[in-house]
Amino acid sequence: MRQIDPDFLALPLRRLADAALQRARDLGVEHAAFRLERVRAETLRLFDAGLEGSMDADDLGFAVRVIKDGTWGFASGIELTPEAAARAAEEAVRVAAVSAPINREPVELSPEPVYSDVTWVSAYDVDPFDVPLRDKVALLSEWSSNMLGAVDHVSASLMQVKEQKFYADTAGTVTTQQRVRVHPVLTAMKTDGDRFDDMRTLAPPVGRGYEYLTGTGWDFPAEIAEIPDLLAEKLKAPSVDAGAYDLVVHPSNLWLTIHESIGHATELDRALGYEAAYAGTSFATFDKLGALHYGSPVMNVTGDRTAEHGLATVGWDDEGVAGQSFDIVSDGTLVGYQLDRRMALMKGFGRSNGCAFADSPGHVPIQRMANVSLRPAEDGPSTDELISRVERGIYILGDKSWSIDMQRYNFQFTGQRFYKIENGRLAGQLRDVAYQATTTDFWRSMEAVGGRQTYVLGGAFNCGKGQPGQVAPVSHGAPSALFRGVRILNTVQEGGK
Amino acid sequence: MSTPQETVERALALSEADDCIVIVDEGSTANLRFAGNTLTTNGVARSSQLTVISVSGQGVGVVSRAAVRPDQLAEVVAAADAAARDAQPSDDARPLAEGTAMDGWDREVEPTSIDVFRDFAPALGESFASAEASGRKLYGFAEHIMTSTFVGSSTGLRLRHDQPTGRLELNAKSADMSRSAWTGVATRDFVDVDVAALDASLAQRLEWSKRRVDLEAGRYETILPPTAVADLMIYLYWTAGARDAADGRTVFSRTGGGTRVGERLSPVPVRLYSDPAYPGIECSPFVIAHASSREQSVFDNGVRLGATDWIADGTLRNLLQTRHSAELTGLAATPQIDNLIMTGPEGGRSLEEMVASTERGLLLTCLWYIREVDPQTLLLTGLTRDGVYLVENGEVVGEVNNFRFNESPVDLLGRVTEVGASAQTLPREWNDYFTRTVMPAMRVPDFNMSTVSQAN
Repeated sequence: MRQIDPDFLALPLRRLADAALQRARDLGVEHAAFRLERVRAETLRLFDAGLEGSMDADDLGFAVRVIKDGTWGFASGIELTPEAAARAAEEAVRVAAVSAPINREPVELSPEPVYSDVTWVSAYDVDPFDVPLRDKVALLSEWSSNMLGAVDHVSASLMQVKEQKFYADTAGTVTTQQRVRVHPVLTAMKTDGDRFDDMRTLAPPVGRGYEYLTGTGWDFPAEIAEIPDLLAEKLKAPSVDAGAYDLVVHPSNLWLTIHESIGHATELDRALGYEAAYAGTSFATFDKLGALHYGSPVMNVTGDRTAEHGLATVGWDDEGVAGQSFDIVSDGTLVGYQLDRRMALMKGFGRSNGCAFADSPGHVPIQRMANVSLRPAEDGPSTDELISRVERGIYILGDKSWSIDMQRYNFQFTGQRFYKIENGRLAGQLRDVAYQATTTDFWRSMEAVGGRQTYVLGGAFNCGKGQPGQVAPVSHGAPSALFRGVRILNTVQEGGK
Repeated sequence: MSTPQETVERALALSEADDCIVIVDEGSTANLRFAGNTLTTNGVARSSQLTVISVSGQGVGVVSRAAVRPDQLAEVVAAADAAARDAQPSDDARPLAEGTAMDGWDREVEPTSIDVFRDFAPALGESFASAEASGRKLYGFAEHIMTSTFVGSSTGLRLRHDQPTGRLELNAKSADMSRSAWTGVATRDFVDVDVAALDASLAQRLEWSKRRVDLEAGRYETILPPTAVADLMIYLYWTAGARDAADGRTVFSRTGGGTRVGERLSPVPVRLYSDPAYPGIECSPFVIAHASSREQSVFDNGVRLGATDWIADGTLRNLLQTRHSAELTGLAATPQIDNLIMTGPEGGRSLEEMVASTERGLLLTCLWYIREVDPQTLLLTGLTRDGVYLVENGEVVGEVNNFRFNESPVDLLGRVTEVGASAQTLPREWNDYFTRTVMPAMRVPDFNMSTVSQAN
């Protein structure tokens, strides 16, 4: 198992925490938490095998959050001295005072055991920041070159993040954590007559290290080798006839539908209206807990912050709550929400399930998404078996365009590849496909989920939420799944052409 | 900690590369967030980011670090120098812009603080009380950001830009959450924000919503208010990269090769342009590029920006260019600018006048969750939000259900039948990234409402 980097541990973590928390206690707060973070991110982009741009950046700072007279106060700082930490505590208390006239709901937090000086490191082998930039560029350039010639252009990118967090609060919890994630993407582009199209790798972003690019967890050379022919076929494919179709959806597409229509819809802050002016609310309101017929009986969804290589996996969240696994939908019924400590107490859950996260030292922790995943069927069917059950339908792989309304009812998704299904067999690619549905109609139309052999952990680095805007990494596992009678649009016709 | 000016000078002196650009961004923010007539989160934050761009031959190395102490500076500069030596030649390599210290270079940074809300917060509290008494709930977000950016180069540039950015989003809902209305304003300092007046306008819209009319999906005459036009035009602007157009990838690609620059997009003589000096939405008058991409080049740092037409007289005039892409496309070098203005013909009417002259149509409040479906047509999908109003015989007669739309802003320009008077507006969807816009309302005779959304 990897260890937390010594240079992070060498920062004056405890001295600053002690100074901030003591100053907050002196000022009479009910609760205070100190968080010091360093987030390093490197992005490189290539076009046609040549480096187009790279950026190696970090964010370093600390934050103090207090509850004073029932009102939140938050301040952050960048000068890593005890004096600056104490000043931030004072500023946080002052922010609480200025905000008090507009606070009508006293803040209290759910109880959580104290974790004294605990550490956690995510599962990875090779720190991507230990790999020279030239080696990464050379690998992406080689992969790009392998497609050039058969396609017109290739863009490639690699995002790498290392997140280090130290947390301490007035209850006595002290946690130190480090996690790493990578996301390589290659996109091929080609023109055939007046038609232009592109196709990208389906490899998901993962909580792994650089080993992900060298054979652990994904076979990039094999996937890249297939793309030129697949793209050429797509360019010559017929445009879809709009109408209702049965769908077999691959996890490389379904993860995003899960994210938008289940993940966000079961965030309790949305269900309670805290995001009403921005990200939106949820049709899955609190009064429907235990009663909402969310989907078909084969629908079982869990939230977790524990899955190995999951992008939302942590040891403890940003309120000092241990990572957990919990049910959200059981046998098609809504049975749980994603929580933070304030909401957990407010709505009688007793304990938070550990979904608080801040994306930087300058931002407050808010309730963010766990790894929300659709459970595969025990001894369930393969993707081919699911396809064999379809007389007239479409098989969808890869995500592309997505949009969903502010209560998570109406959504529209496209994808990377669409195959016509005729009499249980694939019958060539289709173009211009989008599927559009209402969340509960869609999940109630799910007739079958595939077995463990079809399960893939998809995800994204950049789920947006909150004001000021924050981004969070999150994974979603899914098997292939069969849906009946879903509305398919022709996107060219939608554009009035 | 050193001053940003000292950091720029020391970093430039430490660099052993052929050329070097140093950018220091000093940021400060204050925010209040509220829901259901009460505070939910708040905070103040400071940031300091040093970006060193070293150039070795045609290779470039970029290293960016937060909160750099004076004793760490040499390490950051050395890392950028080493990355430049190690780098492949960059296609966009060009001689750096030259210059001297601009007026005000030496001034101290003036950060924002929670005090920017000293008058606003009590006023908001009064609006909460008023809303509560009237059965309304207020939701929203107020934020003020001050960013001071210092750009220095080995070629003598010493440029700074102080950018205040403020925004207020205010959303009113009926007590049962079934009716919703939204408004937003961009501000430089919150002094000009009249929260009571904004709340009053939302109260009127919630009254409009008391009569509900259900409509099917279909094409409707639709009045897009300035905030909705802003969101659509910002997306158009972001996808107006010259290189992608020249590569045949976008709606601005010409069939058979090249770009559509010079092609008429609208029968109405609309003008879409950017101007760093436009009153009230002033932005940086020079290029600030922390990394190279297809639409920006670190080598262009410090290049002066002036008023630039993207569309004029309804015709596509320019695309987003670096000096490098301008050479590739044979077009003018017109880098991206951080504001956007759209105007129609002289004498454009107000939104109220446009409503009054409508026989039957829809008046939108704003658009939401806008995403690209097809880059070649720039087909976008998204939702209407916080009030779709049915207008009959010049008056709002009720609220209609929400819709999912599928439309291309470029196609809309070709079908628009009226462009109203322009005014500063806050884009609903994109205001996390882009707040400085002046936009008109637009009338479209056949806006494609693809399906009904149950959301309210």
